Amino acid sequence: MENVIEARDISKSYIMGEVEVQALRGVSFAIQRGEVVAIMGPSGSGKSTLMNTLGCLDRPTSGEYILDGESVATLNDDQLANVRNRKVGFVFQSFNLLSRQTAITNVELPLRYSGNQDGRRQRAIDALKAVGLEDRMTHRPYELSGGQQQRVAIARAIVNNPAIIMADEPTGNLDSKVGREIMSLLLNLNRDSGTTLIIVTHDPTIAEQTQRVIRLRDGELESPS
Amino acid sequence: MTIWQAFIEALESISGNKLRSGLTVLGIVIGVAAVIAMLAVGTGAQESITGSISGIGTNLLFVFRGDQGDNVRNPKPLTLGDAEAISDQFAAPSVAAVAPALQGDGVVSFGGEKTSPQIFGVTPDYFQVRNMDVSEGELINEEHMLGRASVVLLGSETAKKLFGHSDGVTGETVRIEGQPFRVIGVLKSRGGGAFGSEDDQALVPFTTAQARLIRRSTSDRVDIIFVQAASGDVVPQAADEIGQILRTRHRTPVGEDDFTVFTQQDLLSTFQSITGILTIFLGGIAGISLLVGGIGIMNIMLVSVTERTREIGLRKALGARRRDILIQFLTESSLLSLIGGIIGIMLGWLISFLVGQIAAANGTAFTPIVGLNAILLATIFSAAVGLFFGIYPANRAARLEPVEALRYE
Repeated sequence: MENVIEARDISKSYIMGEVEVQALRGVSFAIQRGEVVAIMGPSGSGKSTLMNTLGCLDRPTSGEYILDGESVATLNDDQLANVRNRKVGFVFQSFNLLSRQTAITNVELPLRYSGNQDGRRQRAIDALKAVGLEDRMTHRPYELSGGQQQRVAIARAIVNNPAIIMADEPTGNLDSKVGREIMSLLLNLNRDSGTTLIIVTHDPTIAEQTQRVIRLRDGELESPS
Repeated sequence: MTIWQAFIEALESISGNKLRSGLTVLGIVIGVAAVIAMLAVGTGAQESITGSISGIGTNLLFVFRGDQGDNVRNPKPLTLGDAEAISDQFAAPSVAAVAPALQGDGVVSFGGEKTSPQIFGVTPDYFQVRNMDVSEGELINEEHMLGRASVVLLGSETAKKLFGHSDGVTGETVRIEGQPFRVIGVLKSRGGGAFGSEDDQALVPFTTAQARLIRRSTSDRVDIIFVQAASGDVVPQAADEIGQILRTRHRTPVGEDDFTVFTQQDLLSTFQSITGILTIFLGGIAGISLLVGGIGIMNIMLVSVTERTREIGLRKALGARRRDILIQFLTESSLLSLIGGIIGIMLGWLISFLVGQIAAANGTAFTPIVGLNAILLATIFSAAVGLFFGIYPANRAARLEPVEALRYE
């Protein structure tokens, strides 16, 4: 199977005040297309940094990162924005919906920034159907439950047919029952459309549902795979 | 992201925070309204002065004795001979008509009422030259001149002062300096003029004034010569011709004229430059309030950027480029400013209308003019203010790092 993500010797360091912090120290791994992977590690292990790098929100200090056949480690800000728009769908712990906009407008948001505007409304409707919210399309976030809001966020993540979905603690703000529903939705989407799913979490029960776990400690892989 | 989408989003964002947007817009509203009102008042003043001067006739020239700087000793007085020489068709082809006049003060009385208008001794040509007519009665004619008739034409205001009204007074007898004069007519009202009110005067035949009212040391002396140029275009030529004729007659070298030729156009341009400076001055002061309004916009946009840091982070995560964020915030600030501009134009219009009403209520015919150029200027300027003061906040938003922005609480 083909690799959708190839990380080669990725390092990332920050300057915090006077001190240089080494968040990632030479991380290498690959993720195959259609895989479901969990990234785990205690806080400070560098998992947020790794997620930001994999999601093209940030560039590594050194190393090479190939996403869906495209080397992205040296792209500029606007090129990175374009890659995020086309290849990455984000699901956040706190949903991050625009509170004044309806569900469908929220789902349309990534399409507004992409060059292809054709059938925007229809694609957003399809995405909302895929997460089972076709009867809530004109509701605003405050009229929806937490689980429904996260479903809107998932619809927004899949609307542009990304290569990977990056979910950062997707069930962190939900109670366990709704959390399980959201997890099974994500896994169903992965099964049906074959979109690679990467979940950052420290909840072992979630990690158990994935095919593979990438563990980080002090900026290095704990269990190289 | 298209401009239209940006526009819709900006509108949503503005309407999502109505009180704040309203207060921000208020600064621009006041600024634009002030600019519009000030320009309208300035333009109105200019129009009204220009209008009253033009009413006298733009092809009118005045010839006075002496020069404006008073640096010529013993200026020769102007005479009837000078007036006649100016009316020579060959020496002065640009001159259409000449009206010498004597000017003096005197007490005019009727019954117990007294008033002291300007008294002019004029020839029949005077009315053509000055573009004057009567509202009732007749003009001074050659017969009055020959007979040195004791007749007088009253200005409408003078008539009002003496009789309480300005109609139906023809045929009455008034006393000027104690001598009885029959009123043969009342002049049409023309409002304020360059030399005080044109309505408060009494006109008598030149010969009568010469003999009995305004005595001068020499019998052929005149105080002012009114000259009508053939058209408004040849006024400068007429002034040159008059200058040459008088220089020859008075034997004065160029540059030491003992007379002054003054044209309506000189007067007009003087007043226009004064009111022009006034308008710029008023508009400039009003512009400062527009500037303050712009700073208000910048302030609120900075607050908005800080408040919406997470939103900006999210938009960037979803693929918004710097340019997209920049356009979003610039559209918002320009739209705020433009809305303020439009409301300000309407308010400014209302203010100028009220100023006009107040002026009319106080008896001054004065109409503030809201010109199309003032509206365009205010619209463009207010949008530009929004754009300019939006640049800094929008740039700040566009520069945010997505990772940092998403983490922002």
